[in-house]
Amino acid sequence: MTNHWIDLKNADAILAIGCNPAENHPISFKWIEEALDKGAKLIAVDPRFTRTASKADVYAQLRPGTDIAFLGGLINYALQKGMFHEEYVREYTNAAFIVNDSYDFQDGMFNSFDEKEKSYDPKSWGYALDASGNPRRDPSLKDPKCVFQLMKKHYSRYDVDKVCSITGTRKEDFLKVAEAYCATGRAGKAGTILYAMGITQSTHGSQNVRATALLQLLLGNIGIAGGGVNALRGESNVQGSTDYGLLFHLLPGYLKSPEFDNVDLKAYKEKWTPKTKDAKSANWWGNTPKYITSLLKGWYGDNATAENDFCYDYLPKRSGNYGYVKILEKMGKGGIEGLVCMGMNPAVGGPDSGKAREALGKLKWLVTADLWETETSIFWKRPGVDPKQIQTEVFMLPAASSVEKEGSISNSGRWTQWRYAAIKPIADSRSDLWILDQFHKRVKNLYATKGGVFPEPITRLAWNYGNGEEADVHLVAREINGYFTKDTTIKDKDKTLEFKKGDQVPMFKYLQDDGSTVSGCWIYCGSFTNEGNQMARRDQSDPTGLGMYPKWAWAWPVNRRIIYNRASVKPNGEPFDPTRKVIAWDPLEKKWKGDVPDGPWPPMTDAKEGKYPFIMVPEGHGRLYALDLKDGPFPEHYEPMESPALNNLSKVQNNPVVAVPKNVSSDTKKFPYVGTTYRVTEHWQAGAMTRSLPWLVELVPDMFVEISETLARHKGIVNGDTVTVTTERGSISAKALVTSRLKPFEVEGKHIEQVGMPWHFGYAGMATGDSGNVLTPSVGCANTGIPEFKAFLCNIEKGGKRA
Amino acid sequence: MAISRRKFLQGGALAAAGVALAGKPAEANADAPDLRTKGLQKTTTICPFCSVGCGLIVHTKGGKVVNTEGDPDHPINRGSLCPKGSALFQIANNERRLQKVMYRAPGSDRFEEKSWDWALDRIATLMKDTRDRTFKKTEVNPKDNKTYVVNRTEGMALFGGAGLDNEECYLWTKFARSMGVAQLEHQARL
Repeated sequence: MTNHWIDLKNADAILAIGCNPAENHPISFKWIEEALDKGAKLIAVDPRFTRTASKADVYAQLRPGTDIAFLGGLINYALQKGMFHEEYVREYTNAAFIVNDSYDFQDGMFNSFDEKEKSYDPKSWGYALDASGNPRRDPSLKDPKCVFQLMKKHYSRYDVDKVCSITGTRKEDFLKVAEAYCATGRAGKAGTILYAMGITQSTHGSQNVRATALLQLLLGNIGIAGGGVNALRGESNVQGSTDYGLLFHLLPGYLKSPEFDNVDLKAYKEKWTPKTKDAKSANWWGNTPKYITSLLKGWYGDNATAENDFCYDYLPKRSGNYGYVKILEKMGKGGIEGLVCMGMNPAVGGPDSGKAREALGKLKWLVTADLWETETSIFWKRPGVDPKQIQTEVFMLPAASSVEKEGSISNSGRWTQWRYAAIKPIADSRSDLWILDQFHKRVKNLYATKGGVFPEPITRLAWNYGNGEEADVHLVAREINGYFTKDTTIKDKDKTLEFKKGDQVPMFKYLQDDGSTVSGCWIYCGSFTNEGNQMARRDQSDPTGLGMYPKWAWAWPVNRRIIYNRASVKPNGEPFDPTRKVIAWDPLEKKWKGDVPDGPWPPMTDAKEGKYPFIMVPEGHGRLYALDLKDGPFPEHYEPMESPALNNLSKVQNNPVVAVPKNVSSDTKKFPYVGTTYRVTEHWQAGAMTRSLPWLVELVPDMFVEISETLARHKGIVNGDTVTVTTERGSISAKALVTSRLKPFEVEGKHIEQVGMPWHFGYAGMATGDSGNVLTPSVGCANTGIPEFKAFLCNIEKGGKRA
Repeated sequence: MAISRRKFLQGGALAAAGVALAGKPAEANADAPDLRTKGLQKTTTICPFCSVGCGLIVHTKGGKVVNTEGDPDHPINRGSLCPKGSALFQIANNERRLQKVMYRAPGSDRFEEKSWDWALDRIATLMKDTRDRTFKKTEVNPKDNKTYVVNRTEGMALFGGAGLDNEECYLWTKFARSMGVAQLEHQARL
């Protein structure tokens, strides 16, 4: 989230698209309702009439996978009706930037597509530069090659009738959404977009997210109270686990993991440190060398020196894509010997889970650490298989629960909060921290005593977390924050700061690229300082009245509660909205007041030191036009891989840079209905954490499949019947739930029915049932690889194996 | 899956009372919660389910969790909880929780109990064997025919975890990369 949960109360309009907070983030509704009590409008856009929709002022139905058509329609509406925040767009976005002559878009395709490689060359979409190397700009926004005009042209094709013919939305509903939401496109009005997996789980998921960002930039809704692009994340610490880089392409703090041709630290820095020639651009990623060096110092300690490239050589280098789906593919072919799952359940949680279960049987060894038996840990005795045929050696380790250990987690609003151990781990269970500490120490001991292949990355690793029974979590937290490795003097403008060896680094602007600082995750620098553990704070003061609670826990970065907040003020530092001041420049004291600003510099109009607000991109301006996505600079509508309809906007049916896998079928004779998956309040994700809790099991005891009244009549199905749902991947049986929450879509004059289901169930635990993900396709987003769980084709028949 | 109401009510009366109190300041409640929790140890925690980050109070006695309830001082949830958050009590008190390290030998049809020491030594050996067997020091890039140092363990993958604490995530990624494992992924990719 750019903003945070309590900030929802500050919105005038809340657009929930591809998420269902009333169901999946129930307590968020406390703050949505506070906004509604003050007169805000809640807009729900979803294939199903959800619990959120039931509380909304406006509900619009859209067919799964057509979000870009819908959002593109809103972008066009705002542009055509002049309902956008002109000053914001001109000053803070790249609307005025002029694009290379080579940019082109014709009938669904951008320029530079390579048919053989199925890829574009994003360099061909760059800005046109002036003589000094800066992007050329036209502040009048009239140049036909400026982003604003290209965007206007691109989305002029997304007129209301065209959009509704694609999305299946009723025209009057679409218009109600457009009027209510685009009304926030001026100073003094705040609109927030909430999204979740309905947006990301798509072959064009990143472009779905971009479409929300485009709309928000156009309406001037980023950086302000009650605004933002807010991803409602699913797990209690999925924000933290992402921050710490548990993904193949990342290191902690969103540093990129090295690629094979980043041959040394110099080459790595060269590749991943963006440059600008514009003095007004803060270009924060220009600090990459400080962050990667401080990370390597944290990992290799005194062994990491300038002479040996801070042990950069020890890091594995990637050559290609090792995303979840790719790893499962490789595992299925026997390419992986060993797998460790720390609280993850691929037998239920990933797409095409029948294939995933088979792939687990190709492993030589499997380790799971969890609170419960999971479908993954007992895959070798799952229904329908003979354990004797499965040669995988399996270790099922009992893990401690969250109340049996101490540490921090980061919520969706980036608040990092400390938890305490209420009791010791039950029975023989142990914290994951203890387990990981043991993994390292025992492997290291083997290499130290027996030798082996390239042991140094393990034997020379800095692992100094005390001599207790488990790693001291405070020492880990201190290393993450970072400390000085020697006495250091830093000049910060007119101040001279003296730090002693071992002092905690107070904030990341003091991190260095010469080895004098350690920081395990630069964005968390400031979380554990000499003043103590900031994440454990419980001060309830709210000086701005906006609900930022600056002394409650700690938020990355630098305890900033609303990021990009320099865009909430005019170029001279005065808030756009004087009633909801996130930050404001005090010209007498020459400082910012309110939230921690996005950088200390004076307002943008300050000729000497002023900076643009979007500090994480080298041009300093929010990107209406993207330069680095694989599938184009503007989000463009394509159909999901399995779709009941032809693309009504261009000849290009699917995202052209996504390869179509074998077990995907758009044969609507075999699979006439749109399938989609979702969650319920009473269960959680793959179900291990809830399907063994009697209270929750009593509330939702069974797997079900939800269908409309019309489809039920057509198929002769009544509520509670056992039904079988089939896709190209497999079939499942479940109880039918016939509701009026699902309605067919009108697509090209035909009624298209939908079949919805939760994905929480499996064969382990107290409440069991078939897994929705047996049905879902393992094809993912062009940029992230996140699979298209939300839109596939299926059939449904009465009857099935579960009576 | 069916469960009797009788079983449902067993063992959770205190925590169920916590649900009923949600959203009200403790002092104002007719249940006299001061008395209800008198003599109990109290710690705060954050809910382990969704990402809203609601606060809870955990009451313990004699090393057992005897009650969990919403933290009325927490600015996000102000004491209220959803059904999952309200059920935290049953994570700490649950006969289905794993008690021991369990091991399943290749081709076996059952788990057997093992000690931590035995299992961790065996796991460390398997990890080392896989690493030594599948470690790729260099590779030739087919596009330019040049040899690059990649220092990568090809035969091992690590999954998880959005349910780990930050400090655990940090040690997880540090351990993974030190082992040469590039194939580290978790729920954020799904």
